Amino acid sequence: MVTKTVEPKSGAHFRLGVVPLSGRLRPRLITVCAALAVATFLVVAWSVSLGDFPITFTEAMRAVVGIGDPGTLLIVQELRLPRAVVGVLVGFSFGLSGAIFQTMTRNPLASPDMIGFTQGAGLAVVAGIVLGWTGSVSTQILGLAGTFVMAVLVYLLAWRRGTTGYRIILVGIGLQWMALSATDYLIARGMQFQAHAALGWLTGNLNGRDWSQALPLAITMAVLVPAALTLGRLTRTLQLGDDVAIGLGTRVQSVRLALLVTGVGLVAFGTAAGGPIAFVALAGPQIAQRLAGTAWPPPLAAGLTGALFVVGSDFAAARLFPMELPVGIVTGVLGAPILLWLLIRANRAGSGG
Amino acid sequence: MAIGSVTPSKSPPGVRPALLLTLLVALLVLVCLLSLALGALAVPLDQVVAALTGGDVSSNVENVVWSVRGPRTAIGLTTGVAIGLGGTLMQALTRNPLADPGLLGVSAGASFGIVVSIVAFGISTLYGFIWFALLGAAAASVIVFVLGRMGRSGLTPVKLALAGIAVTSFLGSVTSAMVLMDVEALDRYRFWSAGSLAGLNGDVAVQILPFVVIGAALAFASAPALNSLALGDDVATSLGRNLALVRTQGVIAIMLLTGAAVAAIGPVVFIGLIVPHVARALAQSAGLGPDHRWLLPLSALIAPTLLILADILGRLIAKPTEVQAGVLIAFLGGPFFIMLVRRRKLAEV
Repeated sequence: MVTKTVEPKSGAHFRLGVVPLSGRLRPRLITVCAALAVATFLVVAWSVSLGDFPITFTEAMRAVVGIGDPGTLLIVQELRLPRAVVGVLVGFSFGLSGAIFQTMTRNPLASPDMIGFTQGAGLAVVAGIVLGWTGSVSTQILGLAGTFVMAVLVYLLAWRRGTTGYRIILVGIGLQWMALSATDYLIARGMQFQAHAALGWLTGNLNGRDWSQALPLAITMAVLVPAALTLGRLTRTLQLGDDVAIGLGTRVQSVRLALLVTGVGLVAFGTAAGGPIAFVALAGPQIAQRLAGTAWPPPLAAGLTGALFVVGSDFAAARLFPMELPVGIVTGVLGAPILLWLLIRANRAGSGG
Repeated sequence: MAIGSVTPSKSPPGVRPALLLTLLVALLVLVCLLSLALGALAVPLDQVVAALTGGDVSSNVENVVWSVRGPRTAIGLTTGVAIGLGGTLMQALTRNPLADPGLLGVSAGASFGIVVSIVAFGISTLYGFIWFALLGAAAASVIVFVLGRMGRSGLTPVKLALAGIAVTSFLGSVTSAMVLMDVEALDRYRFWSAGSLAGLNGDVAVQILPFVVIGAALAFASAPALNSLALGDDVATSLGRNLALVRTQGVIAIMLLTGAAVAAIGPVVFIGLIVPHVARALAQSAGLGPDHRWLLPLSALIAPTLLILADILGRLIAKPTEVQAGVLIAFLGGPFFIMLVRRRKLAEV
């Protein structure tokens, strides 16, 4: 049975009352998600249509889904698509991970790149470059290891008869700054070409990505994205504060651990594939929240926003400037005005936050 | 007055806070003296005192104390006070424990100014950097402030924080683009960005002093208003506070304080992030609440102590070279901060 309820001022919601499924359909959220998905697809198609061998936009759209003549398919699927797909996957995992952490800690600043996880990856990779380990270990492995070590440290150090979102944030920033300053120190100590290489990785770059980078990330996401979306419901009770959540029957500690593992997994594999592309994990969920008009960052929409954000930025980075730029530079330049514009035009008191 | 709920204390109210302040002042003085005494050439403390008071010391000692370590200590003191106050103000205004004084776009603006001065004007001296850094910091924070105020809801804490982080990311992106394209610029920029007190002369302290003095005066004047602000916007308004005025005053103070400090010694904003937490913990242990009339002076004492301490250690642990203070602050401050987070039941901001 589907009943329609109209709540004052906040638009129409549909309440689903079918046992055992219950929930709320938000037409605006669904529209936003659909629009984001379509826009992402169009940007991907557009970006694969450009290059030395011109392909029409329609051909490119068909080739992305696997229809077309073998020559076009080869160019699109082997040469141009991997970069776009890595962009989509990295963006989605960053956006979703950001939404998880921001919701869990009830803090819009608490994205994984603000509480240390990304900096762990950065430190490991920069150490690899400056100390010359990169010959034997790939930056992907270093990035993964760095993030996981950091996550374990944050969790263990924040554990004291259970954790709280607040303590995870604070321990995270402490460790983040230690990692950051060690990274700065290594960069200042290293030789000029090493510093250049390190800074290049720290900016985040999708240039030259192939399927071997996309595959591990895709497999991880196949597991973690459904898990994250399922956990989303439980997260919302956490937002009411630990005491209320416990009262409502949420197992606060296990939910928080599960969220942490999911969020860290997403950001670790994302960072390993694309580098720490700045601002996506922080701004993606905040932009999605304002587009969808919800009170919390909506996980799916946040992921889609992140995907569109990264693919769009990478497209701009490769095509709009006289020289090809790394994507991480463009995300800040493109994302900041969008977030600022959404902040400014929010007209309800308090909807800025 | 809340009496029953506070842990009973044998000493009468007012004594322990006073004791705490005295201890912190003594600690700061001690650290300053050590900063004058220690380094590549160790000077005994009595000689340091003699050199300071115009007593009879060798010209070598006088030179080391007055021309090398004196300016360095003075800069550490000034910038430390500035960053400590800036951090406490920032966390009070945004009501966010993650807020550091760089959140207003100050560090990103200063970095941007410095890179522009290298790339566009070929400036390579620290003396030349400072004005560009100050200009960049001021411009960035004005932009954040204006953007944060736009829209019908005015300057809410979340809007301020998000506008700050957006502008920071924007400038950060442009800065890294310029640095990545210009290898020479990267070479000079990376040393500034590690945060160091070394190689600065006394002029720098004189240059930034007016900014810090005005900023500090604004900060202390806004302390009572910050206390009402902590109760939430509605309560603060009903207590007769003009929210827009308080926030404007706070933002201007942060801009002056942090801008000057970052311009002089690089983006060492972490100290501004941890010091307010330390100050709150100390205030709590002295039986005080999170009262900004106490938190601001406490932060202004703790921050320079930590900064100078980090600078001293940086000189000693890697002789004959030095480790930048910014690097050591995170390494000293990080574990200390985590320990503090674990041991105390921290009051949320």
